[in-house]
Amino acid sequence: MKSYMGIDVGSVSTNIVLLDDKGDLIEKLYVRTNGQPINAVQKGLKKIEEKIKANGWDVEIAGVGTTGSGRKLAAVIVGADVVKNEITAHAVAAMNAVPEVQTVIEIGGQDSKIIIIRNRVVADFAMNTVCAAGTGSFLDQQAARLSLTIEKFSRMALNAQTPVRIAGRCSVFAESDMIHKQQMGHNLPDIIAGLCDALVRNHLNNVGKGKEILSPIVFQGGVAANEGMREAFRKALDAEIIIPENFEVMGAIGAALLAREKMLQNKDIKTAFKGFSTINCDLKVRGFECSECPNLCEVVEIYENLQILARWGDRCGKWTEGIQEQKNVNFN
Amino acid sequence: MKITFPHMGNLWISAKVLLEGLGLEVVVPPPCTKKTLSLGVLHAPEFICLPLKINLGNYMEAAEKGADTIIIAGGRGPCRFGYYCRLEKEILDDLGYEFRMIVLEPPENNFLEVIQNIRALSKCSMFQMINAVRTAWFKCCAVDEVEKKVQIVRAWESCPGLADKIYREALKNIDKAQTIKEIFFAKLNVLEAFNDVPVEPEREVIRLALVGEIYTILEPFANQNIERHLGKLGAEVKRSIYLSSWVNDHLLGSILPMESTKEACRMSSPYLNYFVGGHGKETVGSAVKFSREGFDGIIQIAPLTCGPEIVAESILSKVSFSEKIPVMTIYMDEQSGEAGLITRLEAFVDMIRRKKLSQKTATRK
Repeated sequence: MKSYMGIDVGSVSTNIVLLDDKGDLIEKLYVRTNGQPINAVQKGLKKIEEKIKANGWDVEIAGVGTTGSGRKLAAVIVGADVVKNEITAHAVAAMNAVPEVQTVIEIGGQDSKIIIIRNRVVADFAMNTVCAAGTGSFLDQQAARLSLTIEKFSRMALNAQTPVRIAGRCSVFAESDMIHKQQMGHNLPDIIAGLCDALVRNHLNNVGKGKEILSPIVFQGGVAANEGMREAFRKALDAEIIIPENFEVMGAIGAALLAREKMLQNKDIKTAFKGFSTINCDLKVRGFECSECPNLCEVVEIYENLQILARWGDRCGKWTEGIQEQKNVNFN
Repeated sequence: MKITFPHMGNLWISAKVLLEGLGLEVVVPPPCTKKTLSLGVLHAPEFICLPLKINLGNYMEAAEKGADTIIIAGGRGPCRFGYYCRLEKEILDDLGYEFRMIVLEPPENNFLEVIQNIRALSKCSMFQMINAVRTAWFKCCAVDEVEKKVQIVRAWESCPGLADKIYREALKNIDKAQTIKEIFFAKLNVLEAFNDVPVEPEREVIRLALVGEIYTILEPFANQNIERHLGKLGAEVKRSIYLSSWVNDHLLGSILPMESTKEACRMSSPYLNYFVGGHGKETVGSAVKFSREGFDGIIQIAPLTCGPEIVAESILSKVSFSEKIPVMTIYMDEQSGEAGLITRLEAFVDMIRRKKLSQKTATRK
């Protein structure tokens, strides 16, 4: 059976999904990136391969899509047919899960976005610009500070009686405000619920500023697991918040759907997927500072078995363009 | 006297030939780099807009090459640029530089004032002066023509980077040209070279317009080479401001028949009827103009904290709604990361492309 793989390499987690030829989910995987994206992708692929073998699935990878901040890197490693930004990927996945969706709220490890969809097309979007307050990393950090698991932290907000007001504009100030409220003697559920309210307020005021938020509203991304945040959005928007079944891997699903779309449209092209053997490839990354002008660009090179695969990071394009010329020569 | 000036895109090509033609010794600051910016950031107030930070860096790097006099435009109105010359002089004085600063205030009435301003710089003959102005003007127009071409070719080329190579070469050749004839042929050669660039005619290219504050849209270093990124994504780009039309509008009193922002200014009504400083009105008007010309999307660029553009941004959402055109605003400052910019540009281009695609399938049905 033809199937499609989507890989979302984010700041916190690397998600891999496998879809069947109709676009339905076969398998999903959520691994922590731990600052080592190459490792995470290889580890994820290995798990998927093991799963396929163990269940005896008849799976032929017919297309691969990558997304997330590490999309370029992942694409080079595994050989991808589609390399898409997170916004398009999330929108496509949301429309697949909830066809009539008009608003998508997505909060991941380090960024948060809002996507406005009208008539099944993205009409507008926004992403947090300078501040990562209210994203998964910050909630993780707060749970750790209170020595709670993130799951416990997430449910605790629901027990709040009177949520306190927390300054949510900046994560540093939010934290000191939380500590202040703690020292005043407020109980933990009230503080955590207050924090959720503040983060939602911050999201709607900064990211969602000026956008027309209409139902149905879909909330996805890792933070959608947080029940306190779900409740806070429901209160702030006074509307039903839909959490799709696979909310935590929507980016990867979107990438896989886009790969499927492309491969179905261009039946004569073969997938660029290099096969599961990439798990065993010796991938090396080397960085150097180009000293030919005062820009001192930090150029990154990716090697596979000592063969150069890709380069990026230069402002002038000297290093990246060289690679492309080589590639073109090879194709001819 | 060794004279220098701040960079703003390809302004240096015209400014250099003009000042040299007047018999002055010119030091062109080294191209803007991260070093330029860090020098500026170190000495500028934290919340001043980006152009001033880069200007300061330009002067310091020019000083290393022996410059002792700065020429900069003045201005008035709510935009902080009018105050740049004073602030920059103060900062440079404090740092111990001994620069002389010549400020060219915008002419109140006509071009004669510009001539008087320029004559005050040098005691060259009238003939020499006219010649210098003419050469500078032709170079300015040639550069703009080449820019307009590269903005289109980038979107279609099948081997990314080739158009930029030709473009860089072209700027060098135009800079080297001495006579108007040489400028003409340098330009002609480039335009021919562009026609030979291999293209992918079946690409789904979209057309985007860049509007906003003059410095950030003209200086690729300040806007992180946004035009190049957009070209790679398959978008033809047009700007609301080109140097030649700006000179024609603001220094020559629009005497030459060429594209003008005056028209854009008129079209800002009824959205924005007042002068709000800087290019706020042009930004709104250009957005209206471009959307009526059938562009697919508009990107507004401005330095962070830019007053006039903040006013324009809030009005652009109304323009976007009434004129039915997607608009995205991007603020630039020294903290801007490239990854975030690229993600936004990709998403914006994708959004427009998928929208067009769905409209196409809808009409087919």
